[in-house]
Amino acid sequence: MGYRAKFEVWRGDSSGEGALQPFEVDVNEGEVVLDIVHRLQATQAGDLAVRWNCKAGKCGSCSAEVNGRPRLMCMTRMSTFDEHETVTITPLRTFPVIRDLVTDVDFNYVKAREIPSFAPPEDLAPGEYRMSQIDVERPQEFRKCIECYLCQNTCHAVRDHEENKEEFAGPRYLMRVSELDMHPLDVRDRKDAAQEDHGLGYCNITKCCTEVCPEHIKITDNALIPMKERVVDTKYDPLVWLGRKIFKREDLEARHATGRRSLDDAGPGNGSPLPADSIGPVGG
Amino acid sequence: MTTTAHDPGAPSPDNPGRADIRARTLRRDRWWLAPLVNALGLATFVVYATIRSFWGSAYYVPEYHYLSPFYSPCFSASCVPGSSHFGAFLPAFPPWIPLAILSLPFLLGFRLTCYYYRKSYYRAFWMSPPACAVSEPHGKYTGETRFPLILQNAHRYFFYVAFLISLINTYDMVVAFQSDAPDGSSRFGIGLGNIILLANVIGLWLYTLSCHSCRHVTGGRLKHFSRHPVRYRIWTAISSLNTRHMLFAWITIGTLILTDLYIMLVASGTISDLRIVN
Amino acid sequence: MADEADGTAVSHHSYDVLVIGAGGAGLRAAIEARMRGKRVAILSKSLFGKAHTVMAEGGIAASMGNANPRDNWEVHYRDTMRGGKFLNNWRMAELHAKEAPQRVWELETYGALFDRTPEGKISQRNFGGHQFPRLAHVGDRTGLELIRTLQQKIVSLQQEDHARTGDYESDLKVFHEFTVTELFKDGDRIAGAFGYRRPTGEYLCFHAPAVVLATGGIGKSFKVTSNSWEYTGDGHALALRAGARLINMEFVQFHPTGMVWPPSVKGILVTESVRGDGGVLKNSEGERFMFRYIPDVFREQYATSEDEGDRWYDDADNNRRPPELLPRDEVARAINNEVKEGRGSPAGGVYLDIASRRTTEFIRKRLPSMYHQFKELADVDITAEPMEVGPTCHYVMGGVEVDPDTASTVVPGLFAAGEVAGGMHGSNRLGGNSLSDLLVFGCRAGAGAADYLDGLGTAPAVGNEAVDAALAEAEKPFSVRGEENAYTLHQELQQTMNDLVGIIRRADEMEMALKRLAELRDRIPRVGVTGGRAYNPGWHLAMDLRNMLMVSQCIAMAALERQESRGGHTRDDYPAMDENWRRELLNCSLADGPDGPEVQLNHQPQPAMRPDLFDLFELDELKKYYTGDELGGHRADRGM
Ligand SMILES: Cc1cc2nc3c(=O)[nH]c(=O)nc-3n(C[C@H](O)[C@H](O)[C@H](O)COP(=O)(O)OP(=O)(O)OC[C@H]3O[C@@H](n4cnc5c(N)ncnc54)[C@H](O)[C@@H]3O)c2cc1C
Ligand code: SF4
Ligand code: SF4
Ligand code: FES
Ligand code: FES
Repeated sequence: MGYRAKFEVWRGDSSGEGALQPFEVDVNEGEVVLDIVHRLQATQAGDLAVRWNCKAGKCGSCSAEVNGRPRLMCMTRMSTFDEHETVTITPLRTFPVIRDLVTDVDFNYVKAREIPSFAPPEDLAPGEYRMSQIDVERPQEFRKCIECYLCQNTCHAVRDHEENKEEFAGPRYLMRVSELDMHPLDVRDRKDAAQEDHGLGYCNITKCCTEVCPEHIKITDNALIPMKERVVDTKYDPLVWLGRKIFKREDLEARHATGRRSLDDAGPGNGSPLPADSIGPVGG
Repeated sequence: MTTTAHDPGAPSPDNPGRADIRARTLRRDRWWLAPLVNALGLATFVVYATIRSFWGSAYYVPEYHYLSPFYSPCFSASCVPGSSHFGAFLPAFPPWIPLAILSLPFLLGFRLTCYYYRKSYYRAFWMSPPACAVSEPHGKYTGETRFPLILQNAHRYFFYVAFLISLINTYDMVVAFQSDAPDGSSRFGIGLGNIILLANVIGLWLYTLSCHSCRHVTGGRLKHFSRHPVRYRIWTAISSLNTRHMLFAWITIGTLILTDLYIMLVASGTISDLRIVN
Repeated sequence: MADEADGTAVSHHSYDVLVIGAGGAGLRAAIEARMRGKRVAILSKSLFGKAHTVMAEGGIAASMGNANPRDNWEVHYRDTMRGGKFLNNWRMAELHAKEAPQRVWELETYGALFDRTPEGKISQRNFGGHQFPRLAHVGDRTGLELIRTLQQKIVSLQQEDHARTGDYESDLKVFHEFTVTELFKDGDRIAGAFGYRRPTGEYLCFHAPAVVLATGGIGKSFKVTSNSWEYTGDGHALALRAGARLINMEFVQFHPTGMVWPPSVKGILVTESVRGDGGVLKNSEGERFMFRYIPDVFREQYATSEDEGDRWYDDADNNRRPPELLPRDEVARAINNEVKEGRGSPAGGVYLDIASRRTTEFIRKRLPSMYHQFKELADVDITAEPMEVGPTCHYVMGGVEVDPDTASTVVPGLFAAGEVAGGMHGSNRLGGNSLSDLLVFGCRAGAGAADYLDGLGTAPAVGNEAVDAALAEAEKPFSVRGEENAYTLHQELQQTMNDLVGIIRRADEMEMALKRLAELRDRIPRVGVTGGRAYNPGWHLAMDLRNMLMVSQCIAMAALERQESRGGHTRDDYPAMDENWRRELLNCSLADGPDGPEVQLNHQPQPAMRPDLFDLFELDELKKYYTGDELGGHRADRGM
């Protein structure tokens, strides 16, 4: 059942320079691409860099591009390829490369921090939370995300336009905004911020994020488009706009204090009794 | 090394530290097929719809009350007698104004701002992106953040109007079950045209109701479904239609062309309607 | 030695508390320490949010009583002690049972979204060894929810810091993809830690008076395992080298249901919720064989007929649970035996069948990631066919000996929590008790570290020689132009442990294992690596091998010494549980030997249970584990 397969693996360093290196390697029944990369490490290229953890599609570490398609290496079965085909593995294109197949995904952690955290009602004690299943189901779908960043890598808004990284949070984090906006107990309004601070408008709903998501989350249909519609509710609905102009100025301002800027005043407490002054390092 | 050769067509923006892979894509499947098919399909529809909207004749079959959806509602004095189901309170139009000028812009707007068609034409015509993990040929990209594309946010209002127009189309479809008897009176009748009109109206409703804006206004905007059980059920039903929105979008392109074409052929006397009852 | 030009410069960082490990335990500890005003650094070998905890599937055990109001901490406590065959540290089990609900509710305030009951409370599911439905869960991805929630809480604390200082990382910083290779001490006290950044190979020295170990387990020493590469026992080894003790190392849990086919995914976990939600085990003859394997100590709690077992899913109060839900050690041994006696499946496992017992929708809703996992990896549709499963190395009950209340070790300033800590689970852990353990003792470790700092006099300092020595050790594989290959040695180590110190153990095999481990000990220093320091997996493995070896030696030595079968430790040559061994714990520590430090094994007494806790059990049950005078303290004997 085993056969010898041809591989090309991109090898290079943090300067970005590198090239595809050809390999021939054994493949056994039932193996996935990550198994083959491990075999290369153990037998032909001891220092071939690859990031992985669980090898079960649960941690989202082993993202790369296989024959040009963004995938989890541990969930890409060799049986999906023809035995004569050369399998090409390259690192994610959108992020700076560290070495070989490993990229620097810090962009995503930076974006994660820009999204105001969950803000529960202040008067609810732990243990008193009541939510019904139908209300948690929508955000639960988004919480299946394993943060593989394949969607962030594939979204053309940043993949093809490095300069948009500043303005655009990417599908994973716009989905996070959506998740919190749909959280039955979150009290923060996130609609203006979605548009103004996290760049929802950059998404042109072309659905590549949905196409590559290994968790099969309907990112575009269930998170991004509903979020766009929610933004329309508050920003582009002439009636709402008029109403706000006339009646609720304060409300409007309160809302504005919830975006990225608002992190400067922490907003509703989220259960942390953090003292205002922190102690410096004891060890000096 | 096959891929380090620079593809002159691909943009090479300043991407600090990214792996220096210049090929526009390393995909080997036929990724160009989907945008190509989409482009052809959309182009066919646009060309057909434009020609027919300005055609100005062969849109109404008086004996069977068949009215083409491209001419509904017909409010102008120029409309063929009988085709104005709601009265002809507008004056006669010069030939370069389509007779359904009151509905066509909205229908166009509805489909143009439709979330599905946006995806389709952004990919097929703008190539932004042509397919996933295939780089787009533009140096700059601002998505839907600025004028004019920011107007896509108006989709919801087009939806409201399209909903009304669907009601009108439904009325047109129902009226067509009345055919003229030889003695000049009306009687019940069914022909192939009725079946086509019915199929088209069903398609239009499925397309319109499965709209993302519809999904949002009926229930999607709620934070707590549990407090609105009826809206939750409506939302659930619309959500399940919504997963097939793309399908309905293409089906209605087909049924619209078919309906109009059939009525054109019957109205112009090229073929005669296949009658089933009366 | 430290030099800019050759890339061996060491940069220095100061914190109050250093948390090693970003899994459930580490993050909870960091949150607690930060909320108590300390400056905290979190160090993790993998990316932030990808620690091993992410793989946990079934749920978090906490007696909230949402599904069955009769549940409470006492029932949970009894279940835990039974599951561990009374070898658990009773104080840890008590704190765990009492505090778990609070820790779970807290997660909701951080944004967690558990599945709900009709009243809107947290839904709880059945699991092996738990008398009532007790596991809070989110489908079968509970670990992901746990880690994401804690990760997001960390971010939220960073946002608060940012609001105050303008810097997200001013008081709480995550150094991810960073491997700790050494702990530093000043006298007996912890002073800091040393390690390298995996992406770049840069060396960092941390100065911190308190260190919390939360590095997880040791599974990568075994060939068939549900654990990831991170589980090389680093924390266990760091603790040993720093002078702490490991207890209960002979107890390694083999989860009964790991995938067995295809070979490349052998060992990947099939969650116990499959059985909790109605799945049954069958052998190649189609027999539900577990009915034949109910041990005497559990006779009263388990169904004896298939009908009764099936009724239990709907009416748990009037029926006994099916034997598929026995504690893991029992089920794993049963499967092992069926296969050995020739009633296994073609790939060497048994069948786990839920397809014929539950509807497709039910399965896809309750077990989405299992469905996905089998579909993608084995091309098996679990809603239509049975799965093939067999035992896989899953969890180590043994670990660093800690004080239950503060999670401190014998080394001042060193704390341990989570899988790396020992004692809580005794000889066998119940499913779902780990995630709750992480939260309860993670929190206590963070608090313990904060309190320790508050009572600290002069701060300890890291000596220069220690830093130079740690650097030299890390650099060694580059200078050895060695003949040994790290990958090959790793495979040999895994094979040895799997074959000779695996699920069923024998004295001669373990002696053989110790001999092979001793050989490996000589060969590991000769491992050389090619390439540079930047993201070099060969080098990383070379560094981890030392730890895996040390931990494997502890396991093999303790397993050889314990001449009985109990929980996760099964001796072919001593098949029975021996009451005398219940009073004994085995501990490992390092002592100076002729060529460097060597693992040594000692006995220590198991502390006796507090009388009020002892009284929570019926005398009849205790008699299965206890004899003679110890039973005298029971309320029955006191006439109560
Ligand atoms: C497949 C699977 C399913 C499971 N399901 C359940 C379940 O349903 N319920 C349950 O209760 N338990 C379950 N468990 C057990 C439970 O998940 C683990 O015991 C628990 O997650 C361990 O958490 P931890 O915080 O101790 O460590 P981990 O989450 O493993 O984290 C260890 C951390 O330490 C870091 N680290 C290790 N060494 C170093 C070093 N040298 N330097 C720096 N950092 C280091 C790692 O990078 C990682 O961040 C399951 C386990 C597995 C494998
Ligand atoms: S749908 Fe939007 S977010 Fe998703 S890939 Fe396309 S542009 Fe990016
Ligand atoms: S949304 Fe999907 S593709 Fe994006 S990071 Fe999460 S799991 Fe990956
Ligand atoms: S290794 Fe965890 S997702 Fe592939
Ligand atoms: S019509 Fe397509 S989304 Fe509204």
